[in-house]
Amino acid sequence: MSKYADLLKLPDARGHFGKYGGRFVSETLSFALEQLDEQYRRLSADPDFQAEFDRDLALYVGRPSPLYPAERWSQHLGGAQIWLKREDLNHTGAHKVNNTIGQALLAKYSGKPRVIAETGAGQHGVATATVAARLGLKCQVYMGADDVQRQSPNVYRMKLLGAEVIPVESGSKTLKDAMNEALRDWVTNVDDTFYIIGTVAGPHPYPQLVRDFNAVAGREARRQSLEQIGRLPDALIACVGGGSNALGLFHPFLTDDEVAMYGVEAGGDGLETGRHAAPLNAGRPGVLHGNRTYLMEDAAGQIIETHSISAGLDYPGVGPEHSYLKDIGRVQYEVATDKEVMEAFQDLCYFEGIIPALESSHALAYAKKLAQTMKPDQHLVVNLSGRGDKDIMTVAAMQGISL
Amino acid sequence: MSRIQKTFAQLKKEGRKALIPFVTAGDPAPEQTVAIMHALVEAGADILELGVPFSDPMADGPVIQKACERALKKGTTTLDVFQLVTEFRKKDQTTPVVLMGYLNPIEALGYDTFVKAAAMAGIDGVLVVDLPPEEAEEFADLLKGQEMDSVFLLAPTTTLERARKIAAAGSGYLYYVSLKGVTGSATLDIPAVAEKLNEFAGITDLPLAVGFGIRDGQTARALAEVSDGVIVGSALVSQIAELADQPEKIVPRLQEVLGEMRQALDA
Repeated sequence: MSKYADLLKLPDARGHFGKYGGRFVSETLSFALEQLDEQYRRLSADPDFQAEFDRDLALYVGRPSPLYPAERWSQHLGGAQIWLKREDLNHTGAHKVNNTIGQALLAKYSGKPRVIAETGAGQHGVATATVAARLGLKCQVYMGADDVQRQSPNVYRMKLLGAEVIPVESGSKTLKDAMNEALRDWVTNVDDTFYIIGTVAGPHPYPQLVRDFNAVAGREARRQSLEQIGRLPDALIACVGGGSNALGLFHPFLTDDEVAMYGVEAGGDGLETGRHAAPLNAGRPGVLHGNRTYLMEDAAGQIIETHSISAGLDYPGVGPEHSYLKDIGRVQYEVATDKEVMEAFQDLCYFEGIIPALESSHALAYAKKLAQTMKPDQHLVVNLSGRGDKDIMTVAAMQGISL
Repeated sequence: MSRIQKTFAQLKKEGRKALIPFVTAGDPAPEQTVAIMHALVEAGADILELGVPFSDPMADGPVIQKACERALKKGTTTLDVFQLVTEFRKKDQTTPVVLMGYLNPIEALGYDTFVKAAAMAGIDGVLVVDLPPEEAEEFADLLKGQEMDSVFLLAPTTTLERARKIAAAGSGYLYYVSLKGVTGSATLDIPAVAEKLNEFAGITDLPLAVGFGIRDGQTARALAEVSDGVIVGSALVSQIAELADQPEKIVPRLQEVLGEMRQALDA
């Protein structure tokens, strides 16, 4: 039996992963969260709900996504065989849609006509706008004003899909401020609004349900590994901002003790510079956005600004389950710097003909390092969580090219 | 009997309602705070709520968000807030002071350190916006150990069953959030607030104070009739914002605004 068997029982009834998680919200939201918890418990055990979710994933998202052997890149690196879980091939171009399909179904069953979301890179905003359009729900997306600038293609996509994008000018004008503003909206419009949180953070039951909806990727990858490799992989690698693509991949493997797991945080300019977004590597536990988790904060407990080349990882917190997995040592958390990320991004374009998202390129950057320490008969599965079309302006700017 | 209990008992005896102003400590600068506190008491405050600045005040509207930003820009820390209250207590040993803030700066200090320092400074109660009773046990016990009150929120969405649990965990008074929204939000539906307050009054002996969205004497008066006191925050903080560059005008302006509310309450 796995020494990690108890992990599958988490969170507990109050949303705790060890000392992490929980429900740290102002009183107005307590009732809505209790209702959501109750609704989710009921529906997640309901075969009809699961069937509807699976059907949407198959026919609308295009699942299962392939597990692709990056042979040329692996050969070039001369180490382990790297496999890419192609979440970039999902409808809307990232793993985010797995979760929004699930939460939109919850919204539909709850009868609320309006959904809101926060977004960083815009992928979750696009995925929310997409499912809202399909279900005829009114959709407003909060996005940090700085992110609106650096992710303009996604802003336009959301508008095309009928959503309203609300730039957030407060604080650092990035993802955390978008989440503050979405929470303020929700507290005001809690009767008719469903808040579709985009990552495994927020108050209970969000970390749990976002993980569960994303775990389809891990279940597929596990099955595909057995079919295509003939055994489980030696290691899994995924980038971690809030950490939903990582938990989606990791969770179905947690009790496979022989499978090592690596979460890769945004190292920005390098941990030593302080300009990064790596709370698990350089932060400490605190409470933000409804849960206890590792945070980037100053000595007085104020949240500090983060830095990452990728808007989707530019967040000072991380899902509480990751904090727990770090503390017990089940998952190892590493960093990749902006520079390493750019190199991995270019590698994948050059060797495999795939333009990866800058977020996913963090996982690729660590895979590149790790693979080189391993043997050719070993196997790594990397979550290629999103495609990089949205990032071409950022990459061009880094290369000094104006499009 | 705690200072907060004494205050409400005395008000009850006199047939008056509590007027509870809120300002953010360190706004517009820490040097102003103690003078502002004394001025509010002079203008008729019965209890003071002092905001502890936080970088991500999720339950607050733009007015108090900006107050936090101004205070943080001046470097106001939680330890500074204790220092300010200590200073205030040199001249005023009777007016209860309740700290209102978010959990993370408290966690950063450590519950134990926070609670001991708060007690030493002469603080009477603490309201942590994002610490509901389910998560508050340890913190509330520590406060109790130092004879400080745990003030909890009730909201329009709070069921009676939940309100009973909250009332059992709380002490001093309960803070009823008058509307679904953030601080400083728009118009209040007074009959709806009254109805909810009546329900809650039936399940607790703790005083009920109402806050969020009280801007003028008329609203304050209407809500005081159905509660034990009113909390006024954004209406004062917006005056501070307006006068941040002319700090000498802040005290008279706050006294004017709060004075009107006091008059309306006592009329």
